[in-house]
Amino acid sequence: MNAISLQDVSISYGSQTVVEGVTFDVSEGGSFALVGESGSGKSTVLKAIAGLAPQWTGKISVLGEPRGHRPDREFARQCQMVFQDPYGSLHPRKTVDSVLTEALTIHRLPDRDRRVTEALSDVGLDPRFRFRFPHQLSGGQRQRVAIARALMLEPRVMLLDEPTSALDVSVQAEILNLLKRLRREHGLTYLMVTHNLPVVSFMCDRMAVMQKGRIVEITDATTLHSGDFADPYSRQLYAASGGA
Amino acid sequence: MISRDWLLDTSPTSRLQANAGRAYIAAGQLLRNPLAVIGGIIILLLILTAAFAPWIAPESPVGQNLQNRLLPPSASHWMGTDELGRDIFSRVIYGSRITLMIVALVAVISAPLGLIIGAVSGYFGGWIDRIIMGVTDVFLSMPKLILALAFVAALGPGIENAIIAIAITAWPAYARIARAETMTFCNSEFIAATRLLGASHMRVITRHVLPLCVSSMIVRVTLDMAGIILTAAGLGFLGLGAQPPLPEWGAMISRGRTFILDQWWVATMPGFAIILVSLGFCFLGDGLRDVLDPKQSGKS
Repeated sequence: MNAISLQDVSISYGSQTVVEGVTFDVSEGGSFALVGESGSGKSTVLKAIAGLAPQWTGKISVLGEPRGHRPDREFARQCQMVFQDPYGSLHPRKTVDSVLTEALTIHRLPDRDRRVTEALSDVGLDPRFRFRFPHQLSGGQRQRVAIARALMLEPRVMLLDEPTSALDVSVQAEILNLLKRLRREHGLTYLMVTHNLPVVSFMCDRMAVMQKGRIVEITDATTLHSGDFADPYSRQLYAASGGA
Repeated sequence: MISRDWLLDTSPTSRLQANAGRAYIAAGQLLRNPLAVIGGIIILLLILTAAFAPWIAPESPVGQNLQNRLLPPSASHWMGTDELGRDIFSRVIYGSRITLMIVALVAVISAPLGLIIGAVSGYFGGWIDRIIMGVTDVFLSMPKLILALAFVAALGPGIENAIIAIAITAWPAYARIARAETMTFCNSEFIAATRLLGASHMRVITRHVLPLCVSSMIVRVTLDMAGIILTAAGLGFLGLGAQPPLPEWGAMISRGRTFILDQWWVATMPGFAIILVSLGFCFLGDGLRDVLDPKQSGKS
């Protein structure tokens, strides 16, 4: 079964169509990358799947269930998203503890104390960070909190919107290693948006190249070793990143 | 257990400690602001005066003594007496109760109302926003005192109706602020992330949007208190607020107007009280703004 399946999906904001006729599948347990330059519509695809960009046509299904156009409670248990900017994705007035507990309260899950402690150790955060406010954390620590929040509901699919692009290089590596380990331990499926080809070859097994709202090529991430792309734009992107 | 170190611990061990630490830091900033301290002391004095009025006031606020009409300030009558021989000092002291009640009730009614209306409007946007803000603009376009006058005229004079009228005229400003605040972060990622957790709109607004609007609202309400007192006094002055013999400061000025040339103290003393309390709220509001402004507290 495919974890995520998009068929001929077009997405628009107002009257402007930003993504046109996108079709791809992500197998369960797989890790799929959407790459492309800024403005190519790759983040918009994630937002449409999550229900944050409700104006779309076509078919989107996650774990076999067709997706609605809005976020809903059932979907939340299956699929969560990690955002790009760790400075904007945490509520400035809430402690780490209340950020993590929020998911449990919404879904009325028991054992809150244990689950929060577990989630913190899962993402490699010391328990003493539990009652800190976001402004008392570094960028990497904030992103760990955001990942922990996404994991609170034990989803099987994670949407990652450039999870490391706002971080320092050394911290990027830590977060990528963390994401890789979490995928292995929890058997997660990743759909990741990035413009960083080395990240793709490190994290993903399949990739799609997007340009101006369309997918120009879908290929194995191993193509990055040889640079053997079929589409001229993909070759250009590959050359621009200096070969992955 | 509550020590300075416990409050300033960078790794709090409970939610209570984290929040107490934040409050402690904010209180410290407030106390370092001299104007805020002066304002706070004035407001505290107002509250204490209102609470202990019967013990502070030397005479009854309504007891008449026509032999002592219009006496100038002296040792026995610190602020003189009015045209019915009532001790003005006692009346001003008792008047603080009315002022405090008006201010508190208006704040309690209009601030939450404006907050919720503004947050809903800003959060949903679209036609909901347009309708709500249209209504708000209609209210905003009319001068406060005139609108309050109209409401009191319709509802009938009296302190309760004055409070209702002022509250009705005060909320649109708060709705505007709450809407503007909400719009700055309703598209931010932490709201999106909360929506993705399955939270309802209701929950997002009450638990995530409103707490962020509250601090600027507190500042604005505190700064508006002076205006509320003046509006209440204005209604009292026009005879549409508190009715005699209630010692409301505005009504007292109104009574003293007749004697303003020969017996200046009758109108001046309650005027001083109004100025002092308004100033106190303004100072406190300014200090609170320095402490609670979200743009500044993010850095500290």
